[in-house]
Amino acid sequence: MSEDIANPGPLVRVEGVGKVFHRGSEDIHVLTDLNLQVPTGEFLALMGPSGSGKTTLLNLIGGLDRPTTGSVSIAGERIDQFPDRRLAAWRARHVGFVFQLYNLMPVLTAERNVELPLLLTHLSRADRQKHVETALAVVGLSHRAKHYPRTLSGGEQQRVGIARGIVTDPTLLLCDEPTGDLDRKAGDEILNLLQLLNREHNKTIVMVTHDPHASARASRTVYLNKGQLTNEPVK
Amino acid sequence: MKFLHLIWCNLKRKKLRTSLTLLSIVVAFILFGFLSAIQQALVGGVALAGADRLIVREKVSIINLLPVSYEARMDRIPGVDFATHQTWFGGIYQDPKNFFMQNPVEPEKFLKIHPEIILPADEEKAWLATRTGAVVGRRTADRFHWKIGDKVPIRSTIWSQADGNRIWTFDLVGIYDGKDKGTDTTPLFFRYDYFDEARQYAKGRVGWYTIRIKDPTQAAEVAKRVDAEFENSPAETKTEPEGAFIQGWASQLGNIVLIVSSILGMVFFTILLVTGNTMAQAVRERTGELGVLKAIGFTNALVVALVLAESCLLTVLGGSLGLGLACVITPVMARNLAGLLPMFFFPVRDLLIGFGLSLALGLVTGIFPALQAMRLRVADALRRM
Repeated sequence: MSEDIANPGPLVRVEGVGKVFHRGSEDIHVLTDLNLQVPTGEFLALMGPSGSGKTTLLNLIGGLDRPTTGSVSIAGERIDQFPDRRLAAWRARHVGFVFQLYNLMPVLTAERNVELPLLLTHLSRADRQKHVETALAVVGLSHRAKHYPRTLSGGEQQRVGIARGIVTDPTLLLCDEPTGDLDRKAGDEILNLLQLLNREHNKTIVMVTHDPHASARASRTVYLNKGQLTNEPVK
Repeated sequence: MKFLHLIWCNLKRKKLRTSLTLLSIVVAFILFGFLSAIQQALVGGVALAGADRLIVREKVSIINLLPVSYEARMDRIPGVDFATHQTWFGGIYQDPKNFFMQNPVEPEKFLKIHPEIILPADEEKAWLATRTGAVVGRRTADRFHWKIGDKVPIRSTIWSQADGNRIWTFDLVGIYDGKDKGTDTTPLFFRYDYFDEARQYAKGRVGWYTIRIKDPTQAAEVAKRVDAEFENSPAETKTEPEGAFIQGWASQLGNIVLIVSSILGMVFFTILLVTGNTMAQAVRERTGELGVLKAIGFTNALVVALVLAESCLLTVLGGSLGLGLACVITPVMARNLAGLLPMFFFPVRDLLIGFGLSLALGLVTGIFPALQAMRLRVADALRRM
């Protein structure tokens, strides 16, 4: 059994979670009896070698996938039991995603990309615009609002991705290798931004990374190896 | 509406592919408009045919003439209100390509039996007062820039005057309009009494009769009575409702409706494949993006709706352009076909059907890609970015 990583007042509670993928006749056990708690306002880094299950765990926390066994609770709600439609609505309200490859819509401008999550709300066009401007201002890209992703640098695109992730003021920000495709300078800018969101806006952040330089910015780091969590780095 | 920008931007993603698909849809719907107009021209008269009118022609062939004396006998048949006649004149105005119909008629009865022909009272009065008088439909008058008072010479290919002259000159005393859009306003009508007196041969014989019956529900019975009246006479008759008579002419070209439907069916099936392929490619290329949309909270239903909306926007846009162009081009073609196909126009009913078809095309071509998008697992889709 893996060690419990105990934390008081958890926003995120993962208990006894296992995830098995079926590939043809083969069963792949990615996560096994995993327990994790993330308190509100924490900046958690999740590290581990490739194939250790980091992204899988992030997807379970974000409601993008369901565990094979165990439970996932966010702010006391068992999201693993939500039906698909409710889960989608929950994600829209409570989770912001930041992806390694930015995952922006190439046919939309920066501001239209940031606006996407707000299309699922009942806000008017004017209110949506205000939220978008605020989010872009936080990430320092107000002057690039009308630009398309193809005219933005990697770092700028990732900042647009972060703006999209925070525009609905979500409960949780999930980042999957946010600096993985950036050079050191651009990556530092992103990490600075994430730290700002955590310290000044009290955003709870779970960041998957394999870069120790990135994980050093987090308030806590846990390590995933062969589907189980530890507090120690994998040797 | 707030998703319209996203849908529109996705449609513009591959401009060349979208443009070519759009163009094929436009062409398909232009063809739809043309074929509808052709169908209208050939069989549209059936719908406008008077339910209370029967056509009586010689039993063997309409080329064979009937005695004018039949009219009085027909008037006495139970169920008949009154009868009147017309005869094929077969005239040419200046050039054979200027074809339009010209028939001698009994003016008062003719106007009474065709209430869809609107002739001002003073012009009707002038016609009754002028033996060589003729009235013409608005379309032909406009085509040749005729006005009341003009003398119109027509060369008949069939009828000579007593002196052998085939050129008949008529005094234009009236221009009539049609009550409905589908009313044919190309023919010219002149007085039978002048025609019969002046023609060299076949005096006292006419081409066919039009009978108005008192009760349209008794059409079949009255038709039988008319044919029975003239059975075993030198000129036996065949009597049928006006709609059936018109249908019979069109049927000589084949089953027009079937031909038109078959052509349109093949065209739209092809368009369905083209548009379906475009949409399927568009969704396949955007697997990762669809995963992102789902990740940020777009439901399966919303994703389906977005794909269907994109598909429908493409087909409705193309359909609207095609139908609009058909509306503009058919009147131009109608002017050139005035004599041959006088009722060549694109009916409003078919225009509305066309819009409906464009929407249906969008739904059919979008449904499979939409279901594909719906079934995408978010985690799998994100891996494909």
